Amino acid sequence: MSEDTHATELTRRRMLQGAAAALTVATGTVVIGLAGPGGGAATAADPGASDSFDEVFQGRRIQGRPADVGSHHHGGAAGTGYEVRIDGDELHMMRNADGTWISVVNHYQTFATPRALARAAVNDLQGATLVPVVTA
Amino acid sequence: MGVRKNQANLTAQEKRAFVNAVLALKANGGYDPFVTTHNQFIISDVDNGERTGHRSPSFLPWHRQYLLEFERALQAVDPSVNLPYWDWTADRTATAGIWGADFMGGNGRSSDGQVTTGPFAFSGGNWRLNVNTDSRTYLRRQLGTGVAQLPSRTDTESVLAITTYDAAPWNSSSAGFRNNLEGWRGVNLHNRVHVWVGGQMATGMSPNDPVFWLHHCFVDKLWSEWQKRNPGKTYLPTAGTPDVIDLNDRMKPWNTVTPADLLDHSGTYTYDTGF
Ligand SMILES: [Cu+2]
Ligand SMILES: [Cu+2]
Repeated sequence: MSEDTHATELTRRRMLQGAAAALTVATGTVVIGLAGPGGGAATAADPGASDSFDEVFQGRRIQGRPADVGSHHHGGAAGTGYEVRIDGDELHMMRNADGTWISVVNHYQTFATPRALARAAVNDLQGATLVPVVTA
Repeated sequence: MGVRKNQANLTAQEKRAFVNAVLALKANGGYDPFVTTHNQFIISDVDNGERTGHRSPSFLPWHRQYLLEFERALQAVDPSVNLPYWDWTADRTATAGIWGADFMGGNGRSSDGQVTTGPFAFSGGNWRLNVNTDSRTYLRRQLGTGVAQLPSRTDTESVLAITTYDAAPWNSSSAGFRNNLEGWRGVNLHNRVHVWVGGQMATGMSPNDPVFWLHHCFVDKLWSEWQKRNPGKTYLPTAGTPDVIDLNDRMKPWNTVTPADLLDHSGTYTYDTGF
């Protein structure tokens, strides 16, 4: 496939994803909370099964869903109970005792919801792709 | 015995020696394992399970030992080198001397956050990131973007005034000096500085940015200052705490040192001044 065809194909895929995401956003719970240090604490919303999301944010597909804690394969990140993907790649994340969230991309800053965390990661990535977390 | 100095007071030659030792360690493969180790701990330290390097009482002794290991690795290259510290309550702007081309290099450019000046700029060919969260292999910074202000002297004094070292449940929700210094609660000192620098410093692979060592050296100095101001107070908890490093428990990954071994650093290094 030529570079051009590839790009067109990607764009088409993203548009389709965008349409699907628009539906999700219309029906799902949208809770966006961002807390910077010194900017007040994030208030955590409890993500239940209904808090899955699937949307295109700034051209990237972000998905979140409650996950089976036992199946988590990144050595010891116990108790996360939730999984976020960016364009299909897992974003390593963790839940704090107060219910807020952090990701490997923003590890010193708390977010009220997994969706807010996913969007912040997309902002930080500026189009770069996640690489699997190595826990040698 | 080594004296750890404020980076603002280093001579041009001391800066050069530090930078060259860091670059030599990177070139001989000794640097990246430090990044890997840090990330392994940061992603496995959890509030409701085993926690050693972060969000726990051993945050301070763990980083003290981690810095010592790094300092020794630098000294194997150049015995004259000691870790300098960055007093971010004083050098608090994106144009402060620490970000000079002769030392840490400057802020990232606006297009992609890439650091383009100083010894760690990707274009210099000496600083490629091999242990990373994403596909970008160049050092990035966004000084003052994630949060506008570094902690102030007043913020820092308010944390030094907390007289209890740490408190149950010994995690990111704890009251006490350790958690307020770490920054999960209160005015937020240590965490906020990672966010202020941005780029890799905001990630679990934060030691990819050499300013990591200067930041943590100052955090270590603040612990030392707290000890000086609270002579009767010690590390907590002292025994029998599940998932948490007690005073006499050995810490991974070294399994040779305990918090008790690390409380007094005066036999190994000193700081040039008090806070
Ligand atoms: Cu750390
Ligand atoms: Cu840190």
